[in-house]
Amino acid sequence: MIKAILIFNNHGKPRLSKFYEHYSEDTEQQIIRETFHLVSKRDENVCNFLEGGMLIGGSENKLIYRHYATLYFVFCVDSSESELGILDLIQVFVETLDKCFENVCELDLIFHVDKVHNILAEMVMGGMVLETNMNEIITQVDAQNKMEKSEFFPFFSLYRHLSFSLPGRTGRHSPQEFGWYCRCTCSCCICRKEHEPSRNAQKHQHRRHQHKSAKLTLLQIAA
Amino acid sequence: MALKIVKGSIDRMFDKNLQDLVRGIRNHKEDEAKYISTCIDEIKQELKQDNIAVKANAVCKLTYLQMLGYDVSWAAFNIVEVMSSSKFTYKRIGYLAASQCFHESTDVIMLTTNQIRKDLSSPNQYDTGVALTGLSCFVTPDLARDLANDIMTLMSHTKPYIRKKAVLIMYKVFLKYPESLRPAFPRLKEKLEDPDPGVQSAAVNVICELARRNPKNYLSLAPLFFKLMTSSTNNWVLIKIIKLFGALTPLEPRLGKKLIEPLTNLIHSTSAMSLLYECVNTVIAVLISLSSGMPNHSASIQLCVQKLRILIEDSDQNLKYLGLLAMSKILKTHPKSVQSHKDLILQCLDDKDESIRLRALDLLYGMVSKKNLMEIVKKLMLHVDKAEGTTYRDELLTKIIDICSQSNYQYITNFEWYISILVELTRLEGTRHGHLIASQMLDVAIRVKAIRAFAVAQMATLLDNAHLLTGNTQRNGICEVLYAAAWICGEFSEHLEEPMATLEAMLRPKVATLPGHIQAVYVQNAAKLFATVLRGQEGVPADSTVAQETSQLLIDRLPLFVQSSNLEVQERASCILQLVKYIQKLQQKDVEVAEEVTALFAGELNPVAPKAQKKVPVPEGLDLDVWINEPPSGSESEDEGRKSKGKAVFAKEESRHTKPRYTEVDEKELAKRREVRKAEQANNPFYIKASPSSQKVYQDGVGVEHIPVVQIDLSVPLKVPGMPMSDQYVKLEEERRERNKADKKKKKDKKKREKGEKGRRRRGDSGPESEEDITPAHMVDIVTEEMPENALPSDDDDKDPNDPHKALNIDLDKPLADSEKKLPVRSHRPDEVLKSPMEDRQVVEVVPEPKKKTGKEKKDRKKSKEKKKKHKQEEEGDLMGAGSEEPVQPEETKEVAAPPPASTPEASDLDFWLSNAPVPSNPQAAAAPASTPRTASGMAAVAPDSEPEEAKDTEPEETKSSTHKKKKQKKEKEKKKKKHHHNHSDGAGDESVQNGTVEEEEPLPPMSNYALLAENSYIKMVCDIQGNLQDGSQVVVSVIFENKCDSFIKSMEFNVLDSLNSKLQRPDGAGPHDGLIVPFQLPPGISNEARFIFSVQNIVMPQKLKGTLTFIVKTDDSSTHEKLDFKLHFTCTSYLITTPCYSDAYSKLLESGDLKGCSLKLEGVNQPFHHLLARICFHHHFSVVERIDSCASMYSRSIQGHHMCLLVKTADQTVSIDAKCDEPGLLGNVLDEIKLTFSQC
Repeated sequence: MIKAILIFNNHGKPRLSKFYEHYSEDTEQQIIRETFHLVSKRDENVCNFLEGGMLIGGSENKLIYRHYATLYFVFCVDSSESELGILDLIQVFVETLDKCFENVCELDLIFHVDKVHNILAEMVMGGMVLETNMNEIITQVDAQNKMEKSEFFPFFSLYRHLSFSLPGRTGRHSPQEFGWYCRCTCSCCICRKEHEPSRNAQKHQHRRHQHKSAKLTLLQIAA
Repeated sequence: MALKIVKGSIDRMFDKNLQDLVRGIRNHKEDEAKYISTCIDEIKQELKQDNIAVKANAVCKLTYLQMLGYDVSWAAFNIVEVMSSSKFTYKRIGYLAASQCFHESTDVIMLTTNQIRKDLSSPNQYDTGVALTGLSCFVTPDLARDLANDIMTLMSHTKPYIRKKAVLIMYKVFLKYPESLRPAFPRLKEKLEDPDPGVQSAAVNVICELARRNPKNYLSLAPLFFKLMTSSTNNWVLIKIIKLFGALTPLEPRLGKKLIEPLTNLIHSTSAMSLLYECVNTVIAVLISLSSGMPNHSASIQLCVQKLRILIEDSDQNLKYLGLLAMSKILKTHPKSVQSHKDLILQCLDDKDESIRLRALDLLYGMVSKKNLMEIVKKLMLHVDKAEGTTYRDELLTKIIDICSQSNYQYITNFEWYISILVELTRLEGTRHGHLIASQMLDVAIRVKAIRAFAVAQMATLLDNAHLLTGNTQRNGICEVLYAAAWICGEFSEHLEEPMATLEAMLRPKVATLPGHIQAVYVQNAAKLFATVLRGQEGVPADSTVAQETSQLLIDRLPLFVQSSNLEVQERASCILQLVKYIQKLQQKDVEVAEEVTALFAGELNPVAPKAQKKVPVPEGLDLDVWINEPPSGSESEDEGRKSKGKAVFAKEESRHTKPRYTEVDEKELAKRREVRKAEQANNPFYIKASPSSQKVYQDGVGVEHIPVVQIDLSVPLKVPGMPMSDQYVKLEEERRERNKADKKKKKDKKKREKGEKGRRRRGDSGPESEEDITPAHMVDIVTEEMPENALPSDDDDKDPNDPHKALNIDLDKPLADSEKKLPVRSHRPDEVLKSPMEDRQVVEVVPEPKKKTGKEKKDRKKSKEKKKKHKQEEEGDLMGAGSEEPVQPEETKEVAAPPPASTPEASDLDFWLSNAPVPSNPQAAAAPASTPRTASGMAAVAPDSEPEEAKDTEPEETKSSTHKKKKQKKEKEKKKKKHHHNHSDGAGDESVQNGTVEEEEPLPPMSNYALLAENSYIKMVCDIQGNLQDGSQVVVSVIFENKCDSFIKSMEFNVLDSLNSKLQRPDGAGPHDGLIVPFQLPPGISNEARFIFSVQNIVMPQKLKGTLTFIVKTDDSSTHEKLDFKLHFTCTSYLITTPCYSDAYSKLLESGDLKGCSLKLEGVNQPFHHLLARICFHHHFSVVERIDSCASMYSRSIQGHHMCLLVKTADQTVSIDAKCDEPGLLGNVLDEIKLTFSQC
């Protein structure tokens, strides 16, 4: 079982938190803080497993995390999950985000946490892994987004250029199957710094385009 | 109205959306809290509006704020409102918010039940999906109970997307509503073989989670999982299954034996590290379960250790970490194979990664021996000095103590060394583990009598240097050590060289800065020391001044403690102060007081085992809940209220109270128990036995003083001036060992006289043989911990009574009782009657497999198996090696052979599977989707068994004879059954299949689906033909061969003359006219089943195939070749598969207009309508969609996807059937076959 999934940035600011067991808001924040504390003081080239998420469930649980650019993705799991499997799952998650957001960066997660939740819901349900095939996940996410749009724009096709995740664009990332844990997976991201969004821009949509042009990518798979 | 909408949407443009909120928060970094509180006010305003879009937007923002730590439970009702919006967009927002902040005590959750139910049955799969996802996060026992049925229905949904979600959520439902597990389990099991890999994976996931907590209930699934393991290519599924096997093997060692080989193959072949790692892990678990008496598995251990070494040597820290983790598991049972990699592990201690260092430390724990303990600890002490960061250093400290103290200090040969180590550890600054060191000191000093003198000396030094320990007051965890030091010095003060000096050290003013509980010990032990000093002085009559000085010292110093704010200190101090004052008076009168004062502290404290108290059994007949006196009558209601309240609060305590009560058990019983315990201890290598004499002392019940204290070996100098250095001991130890070796050589000449003595001396030692020659530096008598005489052996000490999984410990093999088959349906849902075929189907959750494999047969098969053993053993090797195909056959046999009415057959099936090498199977049978069509019975309204009509009419006579034997056996059973319908009871044998109709007016006639294929004097063949669910062009023919003669039948070959349309599937490389070898032999009177697969192109027409079975009949002296011709009849019915259909989908299908109609009238049918339906369901693979009075709609689907709908009406013995199908030819033929069925009855 996965007990919790946390995403926070290098300063410990939560970007997404999903707890599969109930805690009070205060405890949740404390867990996030403590997890950040544990994870952030680790070097880049040490292993991705940590014992002793004291707050969540105790000693049986492990923290499994990956660090991409400015974000930490932390999964708290119990002993029934395979450690390397979860590392792969995080990779799939990030790659899926990358596809859905087109070069995902921290800003995407900041402003669209609901969408990240929706993507996550297609991968993990109630603490159990639902789907690991990226294409399948993207198909379902796209189909739901399309549905959402059709509820607001009857002439959906005219607005396609606004679509938040374009189905089947870019040939740059060939759809990848679940990449079974092998040594290369952790070194395939290029880290770049996040920039503050310009305050003058009025519409977020515009802003997004600006960011995109700046190519702030969380994850770029080496060609 | 329109204006209002426009106005609403204009309003909305000015509302903040989520993005605006986020941006706002980012722009107000300085006064974030203030900004958010204004936002929350806005949100409250928005929630008051009628417009759902505004509300949804507000809820969306709340979800974000919830992540930031704001409590949003006040908006729970609004969230429910948004959830119930008809628009998917809003619904999704609502469910997301609910999943983030709803929990069991959210009261509005009960309002959602109907909304969720509506969403679950929504025609839009994403509505259903979103509801399932949300529900998985906030399901409560009530929701689980109310929705279990709906979710179970969804498990058979047509869309795999919904199916997999429904399967996953069942786990949550089970947790909250354990009663649902048994009814739902058959369907869950079925999903293990779902055609969609995602659904399959979900089912594996759920069952693995369930089995992890209660593995023994899932042992019977092992064959099925074994098959999945060897056939699946999905690594996720494989990992889960392999992990599951890891949990199952400890329960069933035979399973382990079976697993080793496929797992080893996987280890060799896989390139996925995650899979490799899990395989290694499970192999380790298997090896642990097999650890005794399996010498030939050393190869597997070697393989594991080798692979792990590769992982550990890898540059990837993750693999290194996991390698060490797995290594520590091997260590427990096979320490030797790990010990050879000591170099590698010590190297990992220097790794820069702390997690890896910690893991390496864990491993060290098991690698120590008497020989290397000192060396390893020395290395660790170096690390302690180097370590930066207190956590790691603390970890090192605890590890050192763990390593040394493990299994009752088994590896410590020199306790002086150990005490020195402990003393050295006290010099660590800022450690949190002072109490740990302290308890070790106490433990060693109390239990190792020989060391007391040395320990006391060391402790005295510690007390003298107490200022070093208390220097840093901020983190004074280490000062706990002083607690131990003071106590040891006081308790064993007779060993003190200079009690006076120590006493002085204990009464220094600085002591008052120590924590209260330590001061209390100081005060108490100062008194003990005082007694010792007095006694020491009185031996020397001339020098009474020293004694008086001592008294004066106490009188001077104690007032400091009397003023202490700590009550304990204060009380003890003032007590002792008065005592000393009194003694002083006596001293001044020259009265000898030493004797009396010493008597204050006489006697010795014995160590008591930590669980001793708990293990005292509750005496029989003692019920602490019973009133001793009748409760006072009167204000009864109040009393009751209090009682129930008290119970809730104190329930736990009460149960604890009941245990420790001890009453006398009669002497004989006691003696008996003692004997038993002694025997147990004698056999337990880890139990440190007391010397024979001390044993006696125990029994006589006299004090412990009689335990002999063995002389300390004086080859080691006792006095080490100042703070000891443990390193010295390492050197000394080496020297000593050298000397011992030399001694030994000498002793060898003196021959064996020593042997007896040595044996006595080395009691309690269970070290590995290689260490035999290391004798402990001083003979240590470890006082055993006391346990109550009649302690109960208990393993369940650590079980958490609150574990929700406890409720799921449910026997799943037991057949469902009638009352259980249906989940409770709430009565307020009358309008949902027969919304889907579900409700019907629940009644027949487990339809008895209409198979002739009875218990007897299985036994027989076991017998025959023994005969065949040789043959099988030969085959076993390549079978296991060849991978995926082989295990299918045993699985099949298992499935087929599982008649649910008895629970034992399940178990014996497992036995059969486990004890047996897989029955050799031809690739044909292997390629069959095994039990899929059969297990469908759980889901189908009726058991999906086909019965070709023409066979049907001959059946009554034919089967009569064939089932004769079995009927005899079953006679009793049959008697118990209610009267059968005369027409059928005698013909159809002993299997009764119930139809899916809910309201059962009469018992149904038993029906069988196996039709006679051919028969001669040697052999009889009956067969059943079914469509293959997973492959639209295949039909599976199950043939039961029964040996009717007294001879052995072997070398059976099954051959069919292929037609253009239908072909028997033969293994690759076989010619089109080659026969298939039946994968078993038949001893006399035995029957067995084989499956053959045919590929069929056109299913519109029925057809017949000619075939031949050739076999050899072997008698004692001769053998003859025989053959039997048969005709296989593929009816159109056999191409139909029982498929459930919802009434709404059904009506859509009918409306679509793609179907061509046809009708049929049957006259003179005089059976009840539900029997009629049952027959159609049973023989023709239909399922009832809806039934209203004497009218029912039915549905079935062909293997090629043709829909077939029937509307059956009955009136006055006339049955009219209106049928629709998109393939008129097929429809016509099926109707003809239905007609035939009814003309026969």
